[in-house]
Amino acid sequence: MFRYYLGLALRSLRRNIVLTVLMVVTIGVGIGASMTTLTVFRAMDADPIPQKSAQLFAPQIDSWGPTDNPSEMEDKLEDQLSYIDAMALMHAQRAHRQVAGYATGFALTPENPELKPFKADARATFSEFFAMFDVPFRYGRGWGSDEDLARAPVVVISDELNQKLFGGADSVGRSINLDDQEYRIIGVMAPWEPVPRFYDLTTENFAKTAQVFLPFNRAIERQMRSWGYTNCADRSEPNWQRLLDSSCVWIQFWVELPTAKAAEDYRLWLDDYAREQQRSGRFSWPAYTKLRDFKSWLRNEHVVSHETRLLVLVAFSFLLVCVLNATGLMLAKFMGRSADIGVRRALGANRRAILAQCLIEAGVVGLAGGLLGIVLTVLGLIGLRGALSEQLVQVTSLDLTGVGIAFALAIIATIGAGLYPTWRASRVQPAWQLKAQ
Amino acid sequence: MEILPILSAMRRNKVGAMLVAVQMAVTLAILCNALSIIEQRLAASARPSGTDEANVFAISNQWVGTPPDESALVESDVTALRAMPGVVDATVMNSYPLTNSGSGDDAYLAPNQQKPTAHMARYFGDEHAVASLGLTLVAGRNFTAQEIIDRERGDQLVPPALIVSRALATALFPKGDALGKVIYTRGSRKEGSPIVGIVERLQTPWVASGPWAHAWVENSVIEPYRYLAQSSFYLVRTQPGRLASVMGESGQTLFALRPARVLDKIQSMGEARRNVYRDDRSLAVILAVVCAVLLAITAFGIVGLTSYWVAQRRRQIGIRRALGATRGAVVRYFQTENLLIATCGAVLGIALAMTLNRLMVGSFEQQRLHASYLLVGAVTVLLLGQLAVLWPALRAASTPPALATRSV
Repeated sequence: MFRYYLGLALRSLRRNIVLTVLMVVTIGVGIGASMTTLTVFRAMDADPIPQKSAQLFAPQIDSWGPTDNPSEMEDKLEDQLSYIDAMALMHAQRAHRQVAGYATGFALTPENPELKPFKADARATFSEFFAMFDVPFRYGRGWGSDEDLARAPVVVISDELNQKLFGGADSVGRSINLDDQEYRIIGVMAPWEPVPRFYDLTTENFAKTAQVFLPFNRAIERQMRSWGYTNCADRSEPNWQRLLDSSCVWIQFWVELPTAKAAEDYRLWLDDYAREQQRSGRFSWPAYTKLRDFKSWLRNEHVVSHETRLLVLVAFSFLLVCVLNATGLMLAKFMGRSADIGVRRALGANRRAILAQCLIEAGVVGLAGGLLGIVLTVLGLIGLRGALSEQLVQVTSLDLTGVGIAFALAIIATIGAGLYPTWRASRVQPAWQLKAQ
Repeated sequence: MEILPILSAMRRNKVGAMLVAVQMAVTLAILCNALSIIEQRLAASARPSGTDEANVFAISNQWVGTPPDESALVESDVTALRAMPGVVDATVMNSYPLTNSGSGDDAYLAPNQQKPTAHMARYFGDEHAVASLGLTLVAGRNFTAQEIIDRERGDQLVPPALIVSRALATALFPKGDALGKVIYTRGSRKEGSPIVGIVERLQTPWVASGPWAHAWVENSVIEPYRYLAQSSFYLVRTQPGRLASVMGESGQTLFALRPARVLDKIQSMGEARRNVYRDDRSLAVILAVVCAVLLAITAFGIVGLTSYWVAQRRRQIGIRRALGATRGAVVRYFQTENLLIATCGAVLGIALAMTLNRLMVGSFEQQRLHASYLLVGAVTVLLLGQLAVLWPALRAASTPPALATRSV
């Protein structure tokens, strides 16, 4: 029976080819637009470290107080810590792992004198960074807590930098010249590009990962300035020592808390810490802290831009227009066949048979629309390439889930568009139609 | 035109008419909001920076390590840049417009005033800054060489003189008497600095940061410093038509003086503008494409559905023609029918557009929809309907009156 209906459907679709093409294109374009924006949205909204994210938390401490607080952040709570607070949290060692860090950089002078010095983005951080974020290594390893304490001139370099400087060879033990200082390479990462770059979202959300990682204490000793944001309650631009002593925030901080209990304990401890600051007179306001989980942190940092959300909204409204459009066309098509349906009903087909026949016809349209939608999505993503950051382009592709969603959308759209016309068709009164003939 | 017969015909086809009306309404809602966003983004990205953009470029200079004689190095760099043929002037600065990265401050009118009077961006520049950026001094004077102080990053200094943008001058002194007045900053709440010059316009570096910086995008101050830091910018203004050639040679000139440096980015103000507004332009283009496809889809939908109605009513049309209706009357019938539907759609669409806009203002930090967009959107949708209905209506009008007699 199915094959018979399918044959009927195809014949009927061929009979009015313009209307058929119009319906398929309408559904295809609607799905193409919504899937394109949804794919970008999903890439931006993705969890870059799914195996670990449930255990990662970011503490926030109000070190400015409620009065005269120039913070632009949600809840007037900055997304970075001051040096004093970051160091206090590091030394307390209250979490399973804790990592302070900031973005900085070097002028890197290659060994080959013919090559010009170039800029190398760096991250000053602690030894636990690599274990905390499951950073993969190609050669060597990260440094340990001894190097943290000793402010050792060691670095971990990215795979990309290793390719550039050493042609991808094992460079562990070799040294590189960073701002006229010799640093020993202790490890080379395997390619690692989390998108979004969750560990530092203060500047660009989809920036590349740093090329050089060095011990935090070493960077502080070298007075390396943050290349990210330094926000001061008094908007001043302090000199180095005053920066360390001030409430200016410029350090990103992450803690790893394996259980819900550990997270709750840390939350309480963090609040205690702030209260202690209040008692000691450093904060002249009530303790105000937050421990954000990974998902909430990404939301707080507006990883998915307003523009992307807006485009998703527009695209789905667009899909709605397409569905309404297809409904109208399908209605026209089925009602135009009232006479045929009347004859079939008179010859003994029941309502369910008509329903099945029309639904199969709608399904064929939906399937074709879905296929066209997927093609248009791929084209749309290629078209969007110029508008997205390089990192985001890497991960923005139509995966199997995406194809699944596209077909689900196509089916929903087609059923949405086909349901009423099908129902109308099944209500055709055979006697009426036959009489009119 | 008789509307009643049209209405009674439509009553027999309620769902079809409703589908078209709702479709037009949603189209209108998207169209208005998209047009409004496109217009805002394009307007924002067309705002002048105040600099002589056609003839200015910037070199980002980063020393290797910390050279001991930074002041002398910078001096020899800018001297060499100024000596290049085709260069009008050159200077060193901490930042420049259209980069989205710089330093901010607050301005106060009195010492120890509680709340700041205005936010502003801080540029550090010497007596060559105004000429190197190609700013227009509209009141007062430029810095003198004696006022310039070497400033290393993080130094706490009180500037002996300030040049402000006109927008900042007006924000601080609405009466227009800013020249000669003393203002205070976050870093210097007790000791003020006098305003010695006002430039016509100078944007802050943050032009694409959303509504936060929108309100004070032209509030800038130039402090009389020669900026000495590991990373700084050289701003070079060339004679008209010489930009590309000077830009091409500037790197070699600087490397010849000292090779131990990184010139990470040499970009013209035009390139800076393109980079900083790339997202805004992309959004505008995407929305424009969406609007165009949306209108096409809606139009084809109307064509399809009306064609079907025409086919369905061929016999009735034939009868009307046989009874003496002219072709024009038939065309007008379908046009009026569409106009009625479209009007309902437009009314519904305006309500929908306003709802959608409220949602976007609340959740996506968009601006309020201006009433003129609703009007433009409504007219567009009505015209689109008339245009789309024309072809099926003409086909209907060509129905021969003889048809009425044939199948009876």
